[in-house]
Amino acid sequence: MFRFIVRRLLQLIPTLFGLSLLLFIWLRRLPGGPETAILGERGTPEMRAAIRRNMGLDEPILVQYGRFVRRLIRLDLGTSTSTKRTVVTEFVERFPGTVELSVTAMLIAVGVGIPLGYLAARRRGRMLDHLSVGGSLIGICIPVFFLAYVLKAIFAENLGWFPASGRQDPTLGATRVTNFFVLDGIMTREWDAAADALWHLVLPAVALASIPLAIIVRITRASVLEVLNEDFVRTAEAKGLTESTVRRRHVLRNSMLPVVTSIGLLTGGLLSGAVLTETVFAFSGIGAFIYEAISQRDYPVLMGFILIIAVVYVLVNLLVDLSYSLIDPRVRVR
Amino acid sequence: MRASRPKVALAAVAVAALAVAGCAESNRDDSSGGSKKDTLVFGVAGDPKVLDPSFASDGESLRVARQVFETLVRPEEGGTKVTPGLAETWTPDAAGTTWTFKLRSGVKFHDGTEFNAEAVCKNFDRWYNAKGLMQSPDVTPYWQDVMGGFAKNESADLPPSLFKSCTAKDATTVDLAFTRVSSKIPAALMLPSFSMHSPTALEKYDASNVGGTAEDIKYPAYATAHPTGTGPFKFKSWDVANKTLTIERNEDYAGTKAKLKTLIYKTISDENARKQALRSGDIQGYDLVGPADVEPLKGEGFNVLTRPAFNILYLAMNQKGNPKLADVKVRQAIAHALNRQALVDSKLPPGAKVADNFMPDTVEGWNGDVTKYNYDPAKAKALLAEAGATNLTLRFHYPTEVTRPYMPNPKDIFELLSADLKAVGINVQAIPLKWSPDYLNATTSGNKHDLHFLGWTGDYGDGYNFIGTMFDRTKAEWGFTNKALFDQFKDADSTADVAARTEKYKALNKAIMDFLPGVPVSHSPPAIVFGKDVTGVKASPLTDERFSTAEFKS
Repeated sequence: MFRFIVRRLLQLIPTLFGLSLLLFIWLRRLPGGPETAILGERGTPEMRAAIRRNMGLDEPILVQYGRFVRRLIRLDLGTSTSTKRTVVTEFVERFPGTVELSVTAMLIAVGVGIPLGYLAARRRGRMLDHLSVGGSLIGICIPVFFLAYVLKAIFAENLGWFPASGRQDPTLGATRVTNFFVLDGIMTREWDAAADALWHLVLPAVALASIPLAIIVRITRASVLEVLNEDFVRTAEAKGLTESTVRRRHVLRNSMLPVVTSIGLLTGGLLSGAVLTETVFAFSGIGAFIYEAISQRDYPVLMGFILIIAVVYVLVNLLVDLSYSLIDPRVRVR
Repeated sequence: MRASRPKVALAAVAVAALAVAGCAESNRDDSSGGSKKDTLVFGVAGDPKVLDPSFASDGESLRVARQVFETLVRPEEGGTKVTPGLAETWTPDAAGTTWTFKLRSGVKFHDGTEFNAEAVCKNFDRWYNAKGLMQSPDVTPYWQDVMGGFAKNESADLPPSLFKSCTAKDATTVDLAFTRVSSKIPAALMLPSFSMHSPTALEKYDASNVGGTAEDIKYPAYATAHPTGTGPFKFKSWDVANKTLTIERNEDYAGTKAKLKTLIYKTISDENARKQALRSGDIQGYDLVGPADVEPLKGEGFNVLTRPAFNILYLAMNQKGNPKLADVKVRQAIAHALNRQALVDSKLPPGAKVADNFMPDTVEGWNGDVTKYNYDPAKAKALLAEAGATNLTLRFHYPTEVTRPYMPNPKDIFELLSADLKAVGINVQAIPLKWSPDYLNATTSGNKHDLHFLGWTGDYGDGYNFIGTMFDRTKAEWGFTNKALFDQFKDADSTADVAARTEKYKALNKAIMDFLPGVPVSHSPPAIVFGKDVTGVKASPLTDERFSTAEFKS
């Protein structure tokens, strides 16, 4: 077990180097650079050249990469070219928003998706089954940003039930501790601030949950159907166990393996959805910031954020792999 | 009976919540959550980049600075004329190189430091004596734009400084000396970048210590968290995680105190999202209103203010890109081919006008008596034939993913202009590029572009700030060298007498429209909107709206 974890973490190192080199070269091959974004329509060629020289962008690309790696080894990701704050600071301030949003979206997807998928499988061919399968098809097909936009237009703009933008009502003047707003509200006992932050999460999280929810419904349904036909289920029923025991101890547990795998993969997919959802809801997270960084050609931010995200992604999948053995004793990590 | 898992999970969450509750100190002051009626949340398109306007050139940083800081002179409310700010009067000496400013007395900075002549000199000396990274063009953009260089230039790229020295004569009299006469003085001193900072705070928070390395510029604490000016509002907090920046009323303000207690800037980058946030009540006003939204918002009862147009949209022709464009007849043909009135009527916001100069008529030096190029396709074809350019193919760049006050919808503008060109037999090769940085890069450096459109919004009310920035030297954007024109600019810039200088700008506008390096297209009035019950703000062509007079109608 321990060796398995260490090996997986060591595999990260070459992955990160490969990824960073490709990313580094690709970013610098894009036309234009941070100097144009910084100066806008006011820049003269001389000013642009001066900034490029200052930033060391006039040197050969491998020299620049070498410098980047030397700093990376010291865990220094440099400074944003557009905000002049360190990449780590930017990440620490924006990451909590994205985590709050993703976790809420995932809770919705899992909390609604698994029961719905299970029920659809149990009532196969009936109304609920058709509704879930049809609904999930729509959920997969509708672009997330469009759904976000529609939800906002209906529930925020017209009905006024939910806020249309941001993570929290700024007039509350809430205290910041960890930048996880809900947690901060609980920690400081500013209950209204915590509730307000939760309220701001509802619409974007529902929009972001649409795709994972649809996929979880389908995978759960398929997996449960498969397990229901297994011999041990018939045996359990024949033994006269109550339905709830069969459901919990045998069916659900045995059908969760593919679902858990998909949750790990979907978590990575949430990030791409978050870029658009955060932008639509003016929600301060890493997704919206990456979107801005691309147009600003903010090389350090893009490099740093994407590398950190890669690490997070690997760690999430490692956790998923470890959880297999808890769900299914037949799977042993070595 | 075992508890079911959901119950266990819920219990665990509840226990965890109780465990962390109260683990951190709430530092909320109860005054900030006061009544909604003295707190205005205003939607903006981007986060400010820095709180010290000395280092800023982006609109969002300057927007905040305008409420927190004051300058020696400022634009009149709703206009561009130079009027008193922290200085009551300003007079040049006979040579026009030294200006004497008489300061207001009894003004204090937010930290209680007195504002006087010495404080003025501390500010100018700080900028003039900038060292190291503070000389980088991305750190002190406006100082370099207006003054050129520094006391000791550390780079060969920097020109000699226009600023020479600052002398405090007595507490309320200060002399600013310049190395030559320049049309920029005093108008440029209205820019927020020349705001007066508290010398005490500058020292305390190490304001000139721009640290790090050239590729890792790090602003000092002053610029990130302690801006200290004399304005009607003072800085309170910047909550990056919530994309909000809060400023509050300066209770010791020397002039009329702000009516609002708190003003919160909330970043919502998408224009449509800003509109929805206004409708849903998240915010009570926002800037950069889409031209298509102006009428609907008015209809819904929102207070839409239209700023007098202080910008220009132009079609640029690069004479290096295509040798045919170096022929003035071809350029005239292009000008006659364009139906600019149709563009203004169909694609620009209400109040937009066709442009005949490369500056709006609100600027001194605008000339109504220049060569005009009316819409005349037949004449355009004749001119092309005369120039032997009947089968002309031009690369036409246009930007995507951007709206600017002078061009709300670039793609529509491109389609109309290119249809006009095709109608007179010019082949158009469309090259769409992402605005930043691709488009800006392609059109303002190199010479692989023939036609593109771009624009300019004025910084302050002086003609040089429009036509000078475009045509006073050889630029890759236009690709021409016209020594006579460049010399004419030098002469106009160094004319001390305002009336004489205005005449010279008029002559320049005429010369430019004869030479026709490009075609001025239009001036568009940008709009800013406030909630139905918010009043008291007057729109400014320089985006210098005063929020100290904003209030909620009860």
